[in-house]
Amino acid sequence: MRIHVDWTRCDGHGACAELLPELLTTDDWGFPLVTGDERDPQVTVSLAGHARRAVKACPLQALRLVD
Amino acid sequence: MSTLLTSTDRLLGPAPEYPLPHLEAPELIRLVEEAGLTGRGGGGFPTARKLASVAGHLPVVVGNAMEGEPLSAKDALLLARSPGLVVDGLSLVGAALGAKRLVLALGPRIPAEPVQLAARGTRVEVRLLPGGFVAGQESALVNLLDGRPGVPSDPRVPVFHRGVDGRPTLVLNAETLAQLALIARNGAAWFRAVGTPSDPGTFLATISATGPTTLRHPGVLEIARGLPLRSALRTAGADLDRVTGVLVGGYHGAWVPPDADVLLTVDDLARFRASPGAGVLLVLDRDTCPLAHAATIARYLAGQSARQCGPCVNGMPLLADALARLASPGTATTVTEVERLRGLVDGRGACAHPDGTARFVASTMQVFAAHVQQHLEGACDADPR
Repeated sequence: MRIHVDWTRCDGHGACAELLPELLTTDDWGFPLVTGDERDPQVTVSLAGHARRAVKACPLQALRLVD
Repeated sequence: MSTLLTSTDRLLGPAPEYPLPHLEAPELIRLVEEAGLTGRGGGGFPTARKLASVAGHLPVVVGNAMEGEPLSAKDALLLARSPGLVVDGLSLVGAALGAKRLVLALGPRIPAEPVQLAARGTRVEVRLLPGGFVAGQESALVNLLDGRPGVPSDPRVPVFHRGVDGRPTLVLNAETLAQLALIARNGAAWFRAVGTPSDPGTFLATISATGPTTLRHPGVLEIARGLPLRSALRTAGADLDRVTGVLVGGYHGAWVPPDADVLLTVDDLARFRASPGAGVLLVLDRDTCPLAHAATIARYLAGQSARQCGPCVNGMPLLADALARLASPGTATTVTEVERLRGLVDGRGACAHPDGTARFVASTMQVFAAHVQQHLEGACDADPR
């Protein structure tokens, strides 16, 4: 399972980075910035719950879990 | 080398006299796989695999002649000289795949009349569309054809699953379609008679320069894959003493140093993180400052953002600013700031526009590292005045 940002929807609210700091931080403008090297970072089993909450928290439904 | 060049007069010559054969999907896919044709629009993806991805799904097939890259003029020339080959390519693919619709999308720089004439009496719908740098990106083109704004979509749902009219959609570049029309008539062995075993056939290159005297014959050339870059430059009448670099692949491409012995193939250009792309070769003249020119290109690319994705909207203008500061000798700026901003746009958008720009900037900083150093010391040996 991976986390995917739909950049066409994302407006930089920043909820995802607050709820999933293990994988996401924010850039100079408040948009989510992947902390690792992967474009769509892998979500480990231990982070799955946090990832789902981050997805639910996005007001623009810009964050998705993908296979 | 001259035999190699004369044997490449395929796409822009007289129209074939004999009719297009009818092929079923498996025959066409096998033929194209044997030929080893790759997309000529920039991505370079194997065409047989693209055909296979929509076979059996009654797709919409779109011919892409948006030609949004300002340095490219090959699709305009191809459609002025040989519109019948492009229409044939669409008809061939459409018949093999049982396509629902066949659309030929023309950007504003493509001459419409010869294409409309060639399409008369065929199933090909010719659409004249507004352009822009990203308008030829597959999902942007699909959106435009469906009456939505011509901006890219999130790549999670590829157009070969859901595209025009919500149907699986195959988008092929105009030159790729013309190559298909020739391969169907002449066979895979004919196609492979020029080029290299791993990168066969010919391609249309658009060669231009930053100086008025760098090239005697700028314009579009059909050349074989595998031709040395320097031979291509000589064919265009380049004064090689004036050449300080060649941008291969257009504004999303990468620079090749002037002394490089490199062949125009996917594998060999990869040494410079370049690829043949849509065949664009921009020759940098010794009187042109590479950093000033790169800053102008970065500024243009920032202005061509579809303005959907935050990192592209915010980061690209700042990246262009940082390059422009670096281009003014003696202005205090840091290479690390260019690198930081480049990292902030790379891979962070729905389409490849920020990634392509990041690649171009990375290549500029790498290939012209010595020139960057001059600027940091307040000098520039390419004084245009």
